[in-house]
Amino acid sequence: MSDTTVLSPAGAMTGHPDPRFHVQGEHHPENGTLLGFWLYLMSDCLVFACLFAIYAVVGRNFAAGPSGADLFDLKLVALNTAFLLLSSITYGFAMIEMQRKRMRATLVWLAITGLFGASFIAIELYEFAHLIHEGAVPQRSAFLSSFFALVGTHGLHVTFGLVWLVVLMVQVAQRGFIAENRRRLMCLSMFWHFLDVVWIGVFTFVYLMGVLP
Amino acid sequence: MLDHLDLTKLVFGRLSWEAIPLHEPILLFTFIAVLLGGVALLGAITYFRVWGTLWRDWITSIDHKKIGIMYIILGLVMLLRGFSDAIMMRAQQAFAFGDNAGFLPPHHYDQIFTAHGVIMIFFVAMPLVTGLMNFVVPLQIGARDVAFPFLNNFSFWMTTFGAGLVMASLFVGEFARTGWLAYPPLSGLEFSPDVGVDYYIWSLQIAGVGTLLSGINLIATIVKMRAPGMTLMKMPVFTWTALATNILIVAAFPVLTAVLALLSLDRYVGTNFFTNDFGGNAMMYVNLIWIWGHPEVYILILPLFGVFSEVVATFSGKRLFGYASMVYATLVITILSYLVWLHHFFTMGSGASVNSFFGITTMIISIPTGAKIFNWLFTMYKGRIRFELPMMWTIAFMITFVIGGMTGVLLAVPPADFVLHNSLFLIAHFHNVIIGGVLFGLMAGITYWYPKAFGYKLDPFWGKCSFWFWVVGFYFAFMPLYVLGLMGVTRRVSHFEDSSYQIWFQIAAFGAVLIALGIGSFLIQLFVSFLRRDSLRDETGDPWNGRTLEWSTSSPPPAYNFAFTPRVHDNDAWTYMKTHGYVRPLAGFIPIHMPKNTGAGFIIAALSAACGFALIWQMWLAAGLSFAAMLIAIIVHTFNYKRDYHIPTDEVVRTEGARTRLLAGHV
Amino acid sequence: MSTHNDHAAHGGHDDHDHEHDGAAHATFKGYMTGFILSVILTAIPFWLVMGNVFDKSSTTAFVILAFAAVQIVVHMIYFLHMNARSEHGWTMLALIFTVVIVVITLSGSLWVMYHLNHNMVPGLMHETHKMP
Repeated sequence: MSDTTVLSPAGAMTGHPDPRFHVQGEHHPENGTLLGFWLYLMSDCLVFACLFAIYAVVGRNFAAGPSGADLFDLKLVALNTAFLLLSSITYGFAMIEMQRKRMRATLVWLAITGLFGASFIAIELYEFAHLIHEGAVPQRSAFLSSFFALVGTHGLHVTFGLVWLVVLMVQVAQRGFIAENRRRLMCLSMFWHFLDVVWIGVFTFVYLMGVLP
Repeated sequence: MLDHLDLTKLVFGRLSWEAIPLHEPILLFTFIAVLLGGVALLGAITYFRVWGTLWRDWITSIDHKKIGIMYIILGLVMLLRGFSDAIMMRAQQAFAFGDNAGFLPPHHYDQIFTAHGVIMIFFVAMPLVTGLMNFVVPLQIGARDVAFPFLNNFSFWMTTFGAGLVMASLFVGEFARTGWLAYPPLSGLEFSPDVGVDYYIWSLQIAGVGTLLSGINLIATIVKMRAPGMTLMKMPVFTWTALATNILIVAAFPVLTAVLALLSLDRYVGTNFFTNDFGGNAMMYVNLIWIWGHPEVYILILPLFGVFSEVVATFSGKRLFGYASMVYATLVITILSYLVWLHHFFTMGSGASVNSFFGITTMIISIPTGAKIFNWLFTMYKGRIRFELPMMWTIAFMITFVIGGMTGVLLAVPPADFVLHNSLFLIAHFHNVIIGGVLFGLMAGITYWYPKAFGYKLDPFWGKCSFWFWVVGFYFAFMPLYVLGLMGVTRRVSHFEDSSYQIWFQIAAFGAVLIALGIGSFLIQLFVSFLRRDSLRDETGDPWNGRTLEWSTSSPPPAYNFAFTPRVHDNDAWTYMKTHGYVRPLAGFIPIHMPKNTGAGFIIAALSAACGFALIWQMWLAAGLSFAAMLIAIIVHTFNYKRDYHIPTDEVVRTEGARTRLLAGHV
Repeated sequence: MSTHNDHAAHGGHDDHDHEHDGAAHATFKGYMTGFILSVILTAIPFWLVMGNVFDKSSTTAFVILAFAAVQIVVHMIYFLHMNARSEHGWTMLALIFTVVIVVITLSGSLWVMYHLNHNMVPGLMHETHKMP
């Protein structure tokens, strides 16, 4: 049905691709990694939105057990928030050093980011252990279930981020600032800042509002 | 002594020999049949020495065309399983009246209707739709592959292993008895303490990861990899609907992931999200799961709307009528699908103000679909219509889907829904739109693109047999259900006292038998077409006088799709090329940059399935080990930087030369 | 024959993706501005709650949520370098779409669940979300 063998004057001589219909030579589509990772972050946003939603719906169901006002130590939360925020700018500094192609400085700032992140997790684990010791276990009430789920999921994300950070530091040290590694550093950067954005929601909606009567 | 007990429990969890249902004859028979079939298949692969080929060319393939075909094979295999569930239900309901208890006790029947729904939605419709989009979209936009070829392979294997877990539940343990959405408290620990709901949760979580990643992949592909000149408003409509579908996937599946995770926390840890006590709220599960569930049904149908647009334009020999309105209708449906979810639980008690809002939005969402139907009709008007099979399926769709849509608008009226909710009227409605829309569309799409994928058309005679059995069978199977629903019969019931229902159930069973013949005819069609492939050969690559870029390639296309990336000037890019003096290049070929095959996706997916199985059976040691292995495999994979290669020029020359000779011989 | 030439041509193709689409570069000043703003926007809500500054809880809640929203925007701009040009506007579009869906999910769920709880759960004490 389709007549692909008729030769037109333009192509008859050389048989080379007609520039009207074909790209001459190799065509390189734009790399989609950063967009793809951003889309993944948007989907992660929705996971957190569901966790916030269930916290909003059952977060006051204390089942005659302890409430946020009884349990939350806001000074500790403030310290944790500070660590996470600091880790955000130290990652930012790492990105600046990456742009300047300074390997050692990049790795140093990444390591500091990791330390702040690990401190965040350590404090959070301490907080959870303390709550559980007090009997405020996830099984105690829907409030506690949703608290542990939301804060715990955020903490799990940070933990995975730390594992990723270590692996990426090794890969950057091994192969330098090739395009693939720069993309990976930018993806982790987006991930790390995104977790800080979620934390703003957590400390506001869970901790600060949680102690309000 | 105590140590020994703990070790057994640590390794085997609650898995024991009792998990194998030796006392259920139907399952035992099925198990033996599957075992024999499996051994025969593995034996054949060994006999023909194709293990190497299988691993190198298919299992590890990152080629979107191969992955698309594998998705479709998965969907068709699971169709057979899901349909056997349907036949069993029809048989039971046709005879189980009064003293006759039928052959399926409720314990078994409940697993059958649950598995039927889960399999049909997640492991038949989703893979088939994903397979079509995977195969077609890169070809339609003039790209060589998707944006993330490795992720594509990984997504496929996650879906397949999810299906594998569901199939495993047949023979090891049981499946859920909760219905396909597993509402708590029934699906909670108290009322479903056995492994069934855990099989449900983990198979869907694993498959869900695959689907989500596939959604991200296709969006990035469509946004970033269109051929030069193909602006958004010059994309084929199928690509537009694929884009909308994948946006829905990325925006809806996370909700499913979160909800199932919360349910699994209730079951594994004893949390109180959806329990009756300690402050839980089971209604929140229903609310959240339908926030996912309604976009899900649009994920199923939108790609098929795209198929119909392509088929109607091609087989009417005319440009699609109202391209811009088709695009806007698709986008409006995408947004509105997030504003109707409550219509699935009008009767749960949210009251008049809430119900009215969602009733109105539900009625509004039918409008853009109506606009599409009119556009297809206007495309056909004054066209030169060829009633090839894809067109026949499309006509059947238009009639059948409109009926189903109308019953949907009826159900959208809350007072009416109070009578009809969870009756067989509802069952008839959604089968009407899913079979009439999704399944007929899949048959149209598969028939339409089959020659492109395999190089030969499907046999028309057996195709027509399949078509008539399916269409007539559908009406016999489901119109009685509308009647039964209006008579007040509830869904998910395996035995009845009122014998006035029986005739309707028997007519429905007859319809199911016709559909079985339709499926059988389709399988015969595949077999016969393969045998007759030389006489059905597509030598030009354009067997239907198509309008879009995929028809400019050979059938099947080479691994690299296009020797040179096309430049696009207008909608219906291939028609434009054909009418503006396009000549196929015969020289000037260059090496082509391609991604490499890899086994990493298969391995990581297999490990995650092992982890899922271990979690289901509470084999904590195995779960921990397989999870750790999975993480290690992922990390190891990220250390692999050598993921691509070049197809050398002379190979391109040979491939294109072979096509030149084929085309010359054809003339 | 052309493989060698093409390698040379391909040598640079690694960098094809480097900042074609106007993504903002990180600067020290940008990060410090973002950091200082974030510190202020965090300290004030903590002070408002720990210091019991407002009489009504609902006022406090409203104010700190507003601060959170502002700080999220600050993070988006100064840390995530959010702008309408990145990826030809697709990141902004994806963000807007996600925000819309999140708002629908949250407000829709709250509205629906309030009504469901009110109608279907007798004696439920905690109806702190007053919705129409």
